[in-house]
Amino acid sequence: MTDQAQLLPGTLDLLILKAVSLGPLHGYGVLLRIGQISGQALLIEQGALYPALFRLVRQGLLKASWGTSENNRRAKFYELTSIGRKRLQEETDGWNRLASAMASVLDAQPE
Amino acid sequence: MKFVAYLRSLAAKFFHRSETADDMEEELRSHIQHRADDLERSGMDRSEAERRARIEFGGYEKFREESHEALGGNFIETLLQDVRFSLRLLRKSPGFTLVAVLTLALGIGANAVVFSIMNALIVRPVNVPEARSLYAIERGKDQAINHSYPDYVDLRDRNRSFEGIAAYNVASAGLDTGNNPSSVWLMEVTGNYFDMLKIRPYLGRFFHGSDEHGDNSAPYIVLTYGYWHSHFQDDRGVVGRVVQLNKHPFTILGVAPPDFQGTLLFLGPDIWVPLVNQEQVEGVNLLNARSSRGILMVMGHLKTGVTPAQAVADLNSVGSYLEKTYPEDDGNMTFSLTRPYLAGDWLGGPMREFLAGLMLLAGLILLAACANLGSLFAARAADRSREVALRLALGSSRRRILRQVFTEAVLISLIGGTVGLLGSLLLLRGLSTWRPLPSAAPTMHLPVSTDANMYIFALLLSLASGFLFGAVPVRQILRTNPYEVVKAGLSGRVGRGMTVRDLLLVAQIAICTVLVTSSMVAMRGMMRSMHSNFGFEPQNAMLVSTALNMAGYDGDSVPAMQKRMIDALRAVPGVQSVGSVDRPPLYFGANYTIVFTDKTTDIRPSNAAAESVMYNISPEYFDAARTAFLAGRPFSWHDDQNAPLVAVVNREFAAKVFGSIKNAVGGYYKKRDGSRIQVVGVVEDGKYASLTEDPQPATFLPFMQSPASQTREHLFSVVLVVRSARDPQQLDAAIKSTLQGLDAGLPFSSQMWGKQLNDSAMFAARVATLALGVLGVIGAMLSITGIFGMAAYSVSKRLRELGIRVALGAQRTEVLQAALGRAVKLLAFGSVAGLILGLLATRVLAFIVYQATPRDPLVLGGVVLTMLLLGLVATWIPAQRALSVDPLILLREE
Repeated sequence: MTDQAQLLPGTLDLLILKAVSLGPLHGYGVLLRIGQISGQALLIEQGALYPALFRLVRQGLLKASWGTSENNRRAKFYELTSIGRKRLQEETDGWNRLASAMASVLDAQPE
Repeated sequence: MKFVAYLRSLAAKFFHRSETADDMEEELRSHIQHRADDLERSGMDRSEAERRARIEFGGYEKFREESHEALGGNFIETLLQDVRFSLRLLRKSPGFTLVAVLTLALGIGANAVVFSIMNALIVRPVNVPEARSLYAIERGKDQAINHSYPDYVDLRDRNRSFEGIAAYNVASAGLDTGNNPSSVWLMEVTGNYFDMLKIRPYLGRFFHGSDEHGDNSAPYIVLTYGYWHSHFQDDRGVVGRVVQLNKHPFTILGVAPPDFQGTLLFLGPDIWVPLVNQEQVEGVNLLNARSSRGILMVMGHLKTGVTPAQAVADLNSVGSYLEKTYPEDDGNMTFSLTRPYLAGDWLGGPMREFLAGLMLLAGLILLAACANLGSLFAARAADRSREVALRLALGSSRRRILRQVFTEAVLISLIGGTVGLLGSLLLLRGLSTWRPLPSAAPTMHLPVSTDANMYIFALLLSLASGFLFGAVPVRQILRTNPYEVVKAGLSGRVGRGMTVRDLLLVAQIAICTVLVTSSMVAMRGMMRSMHSNFGFEPQNAMLVSTALNMAGYDGDSVPAMQKRMIDALRAVPGVQSVGSVDRPPLYFGANYTIVFTDKTTDIRPSNAAAESVMYNISPEYFDAARTAFLAGRPFSWHDDQNAPLVAVVNREFAAKVFGSIKNAVGGYYKKRDGSRIQVVGVVEDGKYASLTEDPQPATFLPFMQSPASQTREHLFSVVLVVRSARDPQQLDAAIKSTLQGLDAGLPFSSQMWGKQLNDSAMFAARVATLALGVLGVIGAMLSITGIFGMAAYSVSKRLRELGIRVALGAQRTEVLQAALGRAVKLLAFGSVAGLILGLLATRVLAFIVYQATPRDPLVLGGVVLTMLLLGLVATWIPAQRALSVDPLILLREE
């Protein structure tokens, strides 16, 4: 558990958008994808995913449709809308700027 | 159309679980299945995997709710969910629901009824154009509505604040349209009346100010729509027809629109005639008598931009001019403005006060109902604490639970409000067709109808009371600790000091006691007014009213006919005595005059020694009315126009003008025309204008000496008091044949005096008693449900403890004490508090109920007894249940 990080507030939406941008996913699939690409470093409470997903759908960033999963079960699949793709780009840029700024501050050495 | 579609989707959401919600549930389940698939693949068996998957998912309930909100689970959807849930809960406990709905229906229904009566009589004006600027003018400190015609003319011509001022007067006359002379109620109005009110004729034309050219110059009639419809069968040819009014020819000019029946709410005339024709209509002309103030009422529209205060100042300056110019006639000429619909403050004042009092009591009822429901809700919340704890443990938020509780409360209050409103609509429909006065009086009815105001009022009341009693269990829910409750179960926490519920019960019982007390005070006052000393004996006496003017009598033929009638009736077998009076006491008010001491030389109103009620009577009146003589002698037939002027006065008059009864007999006083009158006798005090009045001076004059132009009533309206122990119906028939033998064309009506009093003087007290009685019964019912609820609840919570007590050998009294001691204590506490409050509150009743004194042992005893009985009734069933506990069964159950 020690190598798992708590999510910063507000980052869950970005993670979901990124995960879905790589291809349509159902809810459980989103969790798996985030776990896989973060090397199981990020912990998301499973139930907490859904309020976030529904919020994104309502904002028009994702669209959802029922389909059949690889387990041959009915599942709802999410994919990015064009607004969602744009938002992902903006948020990624913003996050990168913040991260590099944070990194340079934290890397600063005494002179 | 969009809106309709929206409503339909809302309805669909309400009756079926919404699609989105189902969708979401399925998605969440699908997630758990996928996770379980993965876990199963890693070697777990299926059921274990599913269990793990559910645990990993986290607080299902919490995420479900959050998801719901994220999905745009908007306000209305959540509301609908709550409403569905609440309805399910209410269906599951029909007893609770029924009690709650009925309680509220009573509370809200009572308020709706009182409100709409108030709305009709006070808030909403009569249907005339620009009603907001229409004011009646009242005179003097005591806000008299009557003016003299010359004063009216001065007010009309000298003011600068009114667009116009009109005057009107109510009278009755005989109308002969060709074959059937009948009595009609009419309004004598000034020529500008219709123009001032901006009313247009329905048919024909109205008369105008320009039609007036002096006395009897405008013999015109305008019909009300109702009279035209019922007596002329909507014949449009009536315009221009000449009819006989008191045997004078009058021309019908037109018909008023259907929605206009004058400006008095409670009195609609049959016809209007010009006031300048007063002499033909009433047989007497008072248009030039400045000091003669009949019942001429005056009203007008304020000019735009003029405030009532400015208008009053303007009128007062006219008033001071009048006082200076006519010192012998006009005193006390200050003015005030009021609404004309209830004859100014004459009826309006008491009516407003009474309705305000009633509204207050109705408000108290609703408050008691809310307290009742509040305690029911608190008890319910306590019973539901396990459910609440469970929901909290599953991740539901407290806010969400509170929301549901409030939804339930408001739902109940809305249902209760609807039931109450329906009930009050039925009641009001009955009221608006109710004619409180019999045929002898003008058409009078309570014009109560319902309007949007009433519905809005009921809705607001329902919402407010829902939130009020819904708020009671809030603290309880906020403090619920799920772990404690789930662990400990529902241990009956009993006997810990005063709880909110106890306080509510005490408050409720106190309020109910106030209601019971006021209704008992009213009832007692009513009883007392039936048996109090009026200064005459209404039992075994019949009043025969004759209208000599309608039969063509005038001048000297009136007293002559009066004497003939008296003599003829006295000869009827079984009749003990017969007297006549111009207007019997307590007959819709009284006639007043001012008197001066014998020493007064400057005869002007401000120097008057007293204002006195005045009666013109025949010599045997006191005998017929059974008014007791204290000193001196009654009149004889020799006290006529050739004899010195004499009077009989009452005790109050003697004390006020002469200092004592002894000084009064043989003493003199002066009338306003300066003539000296000798007092020959003194009689007991009586009630003259109203049952609630304080003793006031009264003078009785022999009708044979009354000058012809002083008042009008005594001249033509002759009421005969016939005292006889005979059966009323036989007596009635005998009187009828006797009078018809004298003059077949003489209209008259007869009624037992007691019955007549019931219809007039007692009317207000009767209505008040009825209203207060109903409120008292509602209050009693509420306190029964309140005590019953509390007692039943505490017994059911403590059945186990009671069982143990019985098992340990407790006596029946001890069991009862344990079970109901608390309820009884609260009842006693609340009753005492309510009784004290009630005693204070009944002061309010004093103005309408005769001798409404609360310090009456009968009332006190009655209230205590009633509350005891109520307590007994309410605790009977719970007590039976407590006594019948079977310890074995109870102990086995847990």
